[in-house]
Parts: sequence; C-alpha cells; structure tokens
Amino acid sequence: MTEHFHAVALDRELCRGCINCIKRCPTEAIRVRDGKAHILNERCVDCGECIRVCPHHAKKAVSDPLEKLSGYTYKIALPPPSLYGQFNNMDDQDIILNALLSIGFDEVFEVGAAAELISDATRRLLAWKDGKRPQISSACPAVTRLIRVRFPHLIDNILPLVSPMELAAREAKRAAMEKTGLPAEKIGCFFITPCPAKVTAVHAPLGSQVSFVDGAIAVKDVYTALLAAMRKGGDTETLAKVGRIGMSWAESGGEAAALMSTDSYLAADGIENVIKVLEDLEDEKYSSLEFVELNVCPGGCVGGVLQVENPYIAKAKIKKMRRYTPVSMNHLEERIPIEMFWDALVQFNPVFQLGKSRTENMEKYTQMEQILKKLPALDCGCCGAPTCRAFAEDIVRGYSEVDDCTILMRQRMEAVLKALGKEG
Amino acid sequence: MRRGCAGRRMMAEPIRIHYTVTGDDFTQAGTASADLKSRLRTMGFPADVIRKVTISLYEGEINLVIHAGGGEIEVTVSGDRIKLVLSDSGPGIEDIELAKREGWSSAPDEIRSLGFGAGMGIPNMIKYSDSFDIQSTPGVGTVVTMEINC
Ligand SMILES: Nc1ncnc2c1ncn2[C@@H]1O[C@H](COP(=O)(O)OP(=O)(O)OP(=O)(O)O)[C@@H](O)[C@H]1O
Ligand code: SF4
Ligand SMILES: [Mg+2]
Repeated sequence: MTEHFHAVALDRELCRGCINCIKRCPTEAIRVRDGKAHILNERCVDCGECIRVCPHHAKKAVSDPLEKLSGYTYKIALPPPSLYGQFNNMDDQDIILNALLSIGFDEVFEVGAAAELISDATRRLLAWKDGKRPQISSACPAVTRLIRVRFPHLIDNILPLVSPMELAAREAKRAAMEKTGLPAEKIGCFFITPCPAKVTAVHAPLGSQVSFVDGAIAVKDVYTALLAAMRKGGDTETLAKVGRIGMSWAESGGEAAALMSTDSYLAADGIENVIKVLEDLEDEKYSSLEFVELNVCPGGCVGGVLQVENPYIAKAKIKKMRRYTPVSMNHLEERIPIEMFWDALVQFNPVFQLGKSRTENMEKYTQMEQILKKLPALDCGCCGAPTCRAFAEDIVRGYSEVDDCTILMRQRMEAVLKALGKEG
Repeated sequence: MRRGCAGRRMMAEPIRIHYTVTGDDFTQAGTASADLKSRLRTMGFPADVIRKVTISLYEGEINLVIHAGGGEIEVTVSGDRIKLVLSDSGPGIEDIELAKREGWSSAPDEIRSLGFGAGMGIPNMIKYSDSFDIQSTPGVGTVVTMEINC
C-alpha cells in the first residue's frame, strides 16, 4: 500500500463544508475547498477526531468488510481487550470469543495475550537502562504518526516494539501454519478494530516492513452478528487466555500500570492532552520519567471511534471481568525474541516544513509572516483553513490565494464601493 | 440407576492438589486459582461452587504474593466440600480484626494501579467461603483455612 494510505475519509455527499473539522484537527490536515472538506493525506495521523466532531457524519473510517474472510482458507480473529467491554452481562470473554467462532472464524487469538508479552518485554527493556528516557509507548499508531510529523526529536524515544495487534498476528499465523500445514497466504488474520488508526497500521505499517494482519474489521461491523450469535447460545468452550494486565490495556493507564513501578510513568489520553505531553517532553520537562503511555482516544482504546459502548461503561465492565483473573497469563521464556522489535526505521516526515532547504524555509517563513500581518487575525475559517496562520502558509505553499480571505475581500469591496460612491 | 449418589460421593477418595506460590514474580500471581478452576470444571462441579472456590482461593493466593512473599496452597476436594489451606512464612498480621475490615490495606502503590489494594480480599474470602479461619503470628507467618460446601 502507499505511504499515504489513510483510513479516515470523507463522504462528499454528506459534507456541508462547515468548519467544525478543520478547527479540531490536531495536525491542521483539513481544508474546505469549493464547499467540501479535503483531507491532506500526508498530514493526517488517523486520530479520528474529525469523525468525532463532524455534525453531519461526513467523516468516516474505511475498514475492511467481513466478506474479505472468504479470500482465505483458515481465518483467525484477533480481538483486542477493548472489545470485551462492548457487551453486557459477561463474567468473562469466553462467550464473545465463541461468538467470533460462530460468525465465520476458525480460530481466535486474543490481542491481550500478545499485550502481556509486550508488557513483559517492556519491563525487561526498562530494566536494562539502555536507550532514551522516557520510552514512549508505540501501541497507539496515531501517536507514532503524530510524533513522526510533529515531534521529530522524540522519534528515538518511541519504544521500538511491534504493537500487540502485530505480535498477535505473527504468533497466530505461525502457530496456524504448523497446525494446518497451510501456506501463510491461505491464513487470514483479522483484527477487530476500534479505530481507523489501526486500519492504517495494517495497510501502511510504521516500524514494521510488512504487517502480518490481513485485514481490520470495524467493531461496529461485527457487533450485531456477534450479538445474534451470543443470543443463540450453544456450547461455550474455554478459550480466554488473558490476565489482568492484558485486559488493562483496553484503557488508558493499563499499559503503564503493567510496568509496576509507580513514580516513573505517566499516562495521558485524548488527542489534546497527548499533544500537550509531547510538547513538554520535547522541552525535556519530564526527563526523570521512565515510561510514557499515550492514547489519542479519550479513555484509551475503549474510546475508539468505531466502538459501540460508552467508554466509561466499557471500562467498568472490563474491570469487573478481569477481577478474578491471574495477573498475567502470558510470559516470555528467556530473552525478548527478535521479531518483537521494529524492523523498519521510523523517519521524520517533514510535512510541516515550508520549503526543501533551510534557505528556502527561511525565505518562505518571511513571506508567510508578511502575509499574516495583512490578514485580519480572526481565525474565522471562512477561507477554508483552520487559522489565519495556516492560511498564510497555504498561500506561501501556493495552495491558496489572498483573495480566498472573505474578510479582506469584503474590505476591498467596501473600499471600491466607497470610491465608486464618491465618483457618482 | 442407582440411588443415593450423595452417599457414594462421600465414600470417594478425596483429591489433593498442591500449589507452591512464588513471591518473586508478581505477574505469575493468580495462576493457581485459574488452574484449580479449570480442574473443578473438568470434575463437573456446579458453576456457583466453582465461582466461590475460585474467588476465595484467588484472594488468598494474591495475598500470598503481595503480602507474604509466597507460600503453599493445599486443596482437598471431597464429595461434599472443598477445603483450601494457604500457609506462608511471611511477616504475619499484627491486627487480624483490622485486616478483616473492608477497605483496610497495606498494599504497595505500584500494584494499586492494577486494581489491587482495595482491602477487599479477606472480606471476600469470608463472604464466599462457608467457613473461614485465619491464624497469624507476626514474624512467623499466616495460615488461612477455608471450606466451601458443595
Ligand atoms: N498472608 C498475609 N501475610 C501478611 N499480611 C497479610 C496477609 N494477607 C493479608 N494481609 C494483610 O491484611 C490486609 C488486608 O488484606 P486484604 O486481602 O483484605 O486486602 P488487600 O490485599 O490489601 O487488598 P485487595 O485484596 O483488595 O487487593 C493486607 O493489606 C495485609 O496487610
Ligand atoms: S487510542 Fe487505541 S483506539 Fe484510539 S487511535 Fe489509539 S490505538 Fe486506536
Ligand atoms: Mg488481598
């Protein structure tokens, strides 16, 4: 897939060209042109914020359809722990896992099990005292993307481990190949995704050369089928293999809590809070911290835009479910296996730079400041850019013209009318 | 069809299961009760009995790891009751009445974020078991004995 694949897309029919989304986008990746929103793909980090704020539901997440399963002989579902909070009256997740089997999957591999291995590996990595501090979690792909475009100095702080989803797919596929004798391409691993960011992580991964996940199916696309399967009932096989730690990954703070050391970590959630923390980290304000967990969704993955349940209720349900489970049900044997580490470099993507060289940057910057002085400083959004500054940048980049500013336009018209009036 | 099953069940040889709980790896805590749960399922005990046993043992097992640095668990499964004995050579409990109180806890901070340390362990053991006894000597250790009828 292409470098700029994105799972957040616009429904042109529904878009009314209002400015709600351009104002809330954390990377200023949306412009309104000719009455419709446009997503600047190279800037979008798939946080899903525009999906949350669009009053007309014109922003959507593109995920894989359930029909994609038919392309594979052996199908494995990869449910994340946040899925367990979407249903009512569950003592444990077995009913959900069995329901996945009855809607067309041949096997389930819980992503929480892989999360427990990542927690184990993280504890070991932190004990080594090597590497930059704090280490920033790499589990939320929107955070990794955000760092890549906006906080290049923090790239080296990102924990260089694959995500639980990715690890789950690798483990599941390897085991299934042994078990069935089928080649890798006949085995399909499908993540049940709470967010567009994970869809992008499947189709255009960062940190991994290829993703072993074959598709990402939205929670809401399997929800009704799962409910129906649960109602039907039938035998419930014991499949659950996730402990308290893996379950806790569903919510903000869970990954950090699994490290079991109190005063050396921080967990923040919600895109605005995440940005604040990253800015402070960039200024080296928390150099004594060991670990920073960041989730762009409010509350963590339970707050993903594709979830069905209210995140706070989902959290309470998961808390109840994990109450009498072992602390962790998955442990690393000896060393951290090599396939748990990133195998591709994450590089700074300078999408916010004005030019190609420092000289060009500086020249364009001066131009931009001059244009900005002429603009009304209202940040009204009528030009289609989120702020006057962003608009000035767009002009310098050649994307817009000064005349797109309706306020300036009106002032000019008034001046013309006045002049005409005097003449007449 | 033979009647008087209960009588026959009483005759069956009790099954003993032993677990050693280590205190050095907190992430292993809770595995004994998960193991016992699946064994009791295989033996065909009713769900409510399994639930009571699992919760009682879980709380005791976690306490062994958090508060006592590990210990031993002796499970005896008879036809009419399941007996759990948890013993350790940890620091012991100064004030047992206080320890039994809901909400009282001396659990360290770093495990509280995982949801432990609510001071509900012993109250839960008392609630879910049909008989509960705790003997503790500071500096020597603690023995918790619980029975669940079935
Ligand atoms: N085996 C033991 N050895 C020493 N002290 C113990 C032992 N078991 C319990 N205690 C003491 O009794 C207190 C209360 O135990 P209880 O299990 O009720 O709560 P908790 O373990 O602190 O929290 P929770 O069980 O809700 O996670 C503990 O905080 C601890 O001080
Ligand atoms: S917090 Fe979780 S659900 Fe939200 S974008 Fe990140 S990975 Fe996806
Ligand atoms: Mg306890």
